[in-house]
Amino acid sequence: MTDQTSTTPVAPMPDTRLQMLTEFWHYFRQNTGAVIGLVVFVLLVLVAIFAPVLAPHEPNQQYRDALLTPPFWVEGGSTTFLLGTDAVGRDMLSRLIHGSRYSLMIGLFVVSIALIFGIGIGLLAGYFRGWVDVMIMRVMDVILAFPPLLLALVLVAILGPGLFNAMIAIALVLQPHFARLTRAAVMGEGNRDYVTSAKMAGAGHLRLMFVTILPNCLGPLIVQATLSFSGAILEAAALGFLGMGAQPPTPEWGTMLAEAREFILRAWWVVTFPGLAILITVLAINLVGDGLRDALDPKLKRS
Amino acid sequence: MSEIVLDVRNVTRDYHSKGTMFTKPKVVHAVKGVSFTLEKGKTLAIVGESGCGKSTLARILTMIDAPTSGELYIDGDRIDIADQAVTPALRRKVQIIFQNPYGSLNPRQKIGDVLTEPVLLNTDKSAAERRDMAMEMLKKVGMLPEHYNRYPHMFSGGQRQRIAIARALMLNPSLLVLDEPVSALDLSVQAQILNLLADLQDEFGLTYVFVSHDLSVVKYIADEVMVMYFGEVVEYGSRDAVFGNPQHDYTKTLFAATPRADVASIKTRLAAKAALV
Amino acid sequence: MPLLEIENLTVAFDTSAGLFTALNKVSYSVEKGEVLAIVGESGSGKSVAMLAVMGLLPSTATVTADKISFEGLDLMAMGANERRRIIGKDMAMIFQEPIASLNPCFTIGFQIEEVLAEHLKLDRRARRIRAIELLHAVGIADGEERLDAYPHQMSGGQCQRVMIAIAIACEPKLLIADEPTTALDVTIQKQILDLLVQLQRDTGMGLIMITHDMGVVAETADRVVVQYKGRKMEEAGVLELFENPKSGYTRALLSALPENAVGDRLPVVADFVPEDEGAPA
Repeated sequence: MTDQTSTTPVAPMPDTRLQMLTEFWHYFRQNTGAVIGLVVFVLLVLVAIFAPVLAPHEPNQQYRDALLTPPFWVEGGSTTFLLGTDAVGRDMLSRLIHGSRYSLMIGLFVVSIALIFGIGIGLLAGYFRGWVDVMIMRVMDVILAFPPLLLALVLVAILGPGLFNAMIAIALVLQPHFARLTRAAVMGEGNRDYVTSAKMAGAGHLRLMFVTILPNCLGPLIVQATLSFSGAILEAAALGFLGMGAQPPTPEWGTMLAEAREFILRAWWVVTFPGLAILITVLAINLVGDGLRDALDPKLKRS
Repeated sequence: MSEIVLDVRNVTRDYHSKGTMFTKPKVVHAVKGVSFTLEKGKTLAIVGESGCGKSTLARILTMIDAPTSGELYIDGDRIDIADQAVTPALRRKVQIIFQNPYGSLNPRQKIGDVLTEPVLLNTDKSAAERRDMAMEMLKKVGMLPEHYNRYPHMFSGGQRQRIAIARALMLNPSLLVLDEPVSALDLSVQAQILNLLADLQDEFGLTYVFVSHDLSVVKYIADEVMVMYFGEVVEYGSRDAVFGNPQHDYTKTLFAATPRADVASIKTRLAAKAALV
Repeated sequence: MPLLEIENLTVAFDTSAGLFTALNKVSYSVEKGEVLAIVGESGSGKSVAMLAVMGLLPSTATVTADKISFEGLDLMAMGANERRRIIGKDMAMIFQEPIASLNPCFTIGFQIEEVLAEHLKLDRRARRIRAIELLHAVGIADGEERLDAYPHQMSGGQCQRVMIAIAIACEPKLLIADEPTTALDVTIQKQILDLLVQLQRDTGMGLIMITHDMGVVAETADRVVVQYKGRKMEEAGVLELFENPKSGYTRALLSALPENAVGDRLPVVADFVPEDEGAPA
């Protein structure tokens, strides 16, 4: 029997994963904002990793003789404290650098928990349908009906203030978004021929859910995860600002804002820099998320 | 030679839609009392347009759906999925190939895994054995060994259908149900796949139930033809009988509507057109 | 003077794997009152030429040509607004998926009248009358009730008729049908093809039929252009093409038709086409 497929030459591909990655990068690259966001985010990660090396001072070290020193370019500032110091004499730059660790950790932890539980719940709802679906989604609806910050506050009030509890609370509040997305994706994919084929080949429920269907639902989930990352950082900062999140002296950016409330007029740098740090981080992640959404969209419409 | 592989007796399938606050509950009779038998090594073509029930019937034959009433025998064994769960033994009897080559393969699964999955789930063979079986089958359908580690989107429609055929044959079924397998393919690729199906039928002694709406394809590959219209069988006979002497009005309409791609009809048409001018 | 003339049209798409040439120096023309069939398989670029002429290609596409002219007017030299005036009014196009081609949020009456308002500037009553006329012309008998129906309430065949009605609303000089019957059942296909041919005969407009089905070509075309992988393989009158195909690819296509099968196995395209056949000079 002749080999018919030699008429459609398949180019030699050293590594199929590499080829898919290059294709993805090609589309991602077209969004300049996303690339800038990615660069900023990577820098942030590096700063967080090398924080002890990069920071000129200890974040919690109080220099009693240098309280509220302005940044070095303002009169009265010095290059010892590049971005100035706060009310108890701690170096702003070092605190910001160490604070990046907390922000990234918060984002990672929160999104991971929300993803795992959200995907699990969404899979169950979308796959089994019927009363399982109804029950699960009504609970999700209730959670979604609360203003997220309010719900997080209530949870933290019950569990007690602290960064860890704040993260649990935010994860709980974020997870219905993932559940909804997963459920919608599972319902969409569940009727496809390849799922029927897998069923016919003898796949049981677990295999169908996790091995057959779930890998095909990842696109929107990845995008949502990226955007939730920044959302989590903002929520943690908000809780910190209200005093219900990370507690002083933790150099978490939101907590730093809370401590600096009274100095808005007197010492603008104590408020501005943590705020800027939050802004830049969240913006960068959102830009990356936008780029991801465009790149992960069905590529059919492009070529 | 004349062993009966498929025996369908008065199979019906109804779909009940529950009434809502605004509508009454409805019953759709997708398949109304279909009966036929099929011998080993033969090809039965089920012809009809959309909504005639041919795809529903295909799903019943492959045990994806259960019939509302009627009996189904494959290889002499009674099949009733409402009663018994589908066992590996049953799965080995019949497999299906779908119409859409772009939807029937899991985009996230490598071809090798696509092929070994049925064997993994239904037999105790080792990983090495499964891999060998898959490679063997890839070759049989005209693919190359290096395709084993690639993903479906790297292949054309025709190649994907080959993979789907390979997957269907991994468990050595006696009966293969093909739901419009070449409708979504180009003409030249269609020819390749039809050739492949013919070769495989000879090699493995397969029996085909070929669902299609394309009469030229049906005329080419079928031994027996069954025409369906609104869930009922309106014509059933050997290929030559049905094409040579259609009895039912619908069959005649269907034949008349099929575009003819031969020189004689072109000449007639052009002459008629010139006469109008 | 030909109705539509394209000369050495090349279309390239910018993809992640580099530049993909979908159409490679293709030239042909359509005369008034003629039915031209463009036949090819997927990847042949048969739709691309017409999409390029209509300006419907995405921004990743680069279109170059020696000439694209409609009734003698150079389409490439015109501004976008001027081109749009000609394209919607004198050139119309219908597509493969009838239900997807219609806006699901609006009634079909609205969609027909939209075109009338845009190009013919008729008032409300005149538009409604004309819309009902058009629906009658395409074989939808209860036109008056149908005006208030939504696309999802109608079958594929009926939606395609509505598409045709929208296309002929402004009495175009050229109608381009891109695989209009591929998604339809065979009996409905016959009705739609008969309708198109009849309309073409009644109005004397040019009709370009893009298809992969040789049967459709045989039943409707006057002249045929055969495309393969972005190149024009052959151009001939329909009878000549079927009786005496010159290009190896056309011969392969014709023999791959199940009705022309000789013996047990169908011949395959690879048996016929040398790689560089049809390469532009």
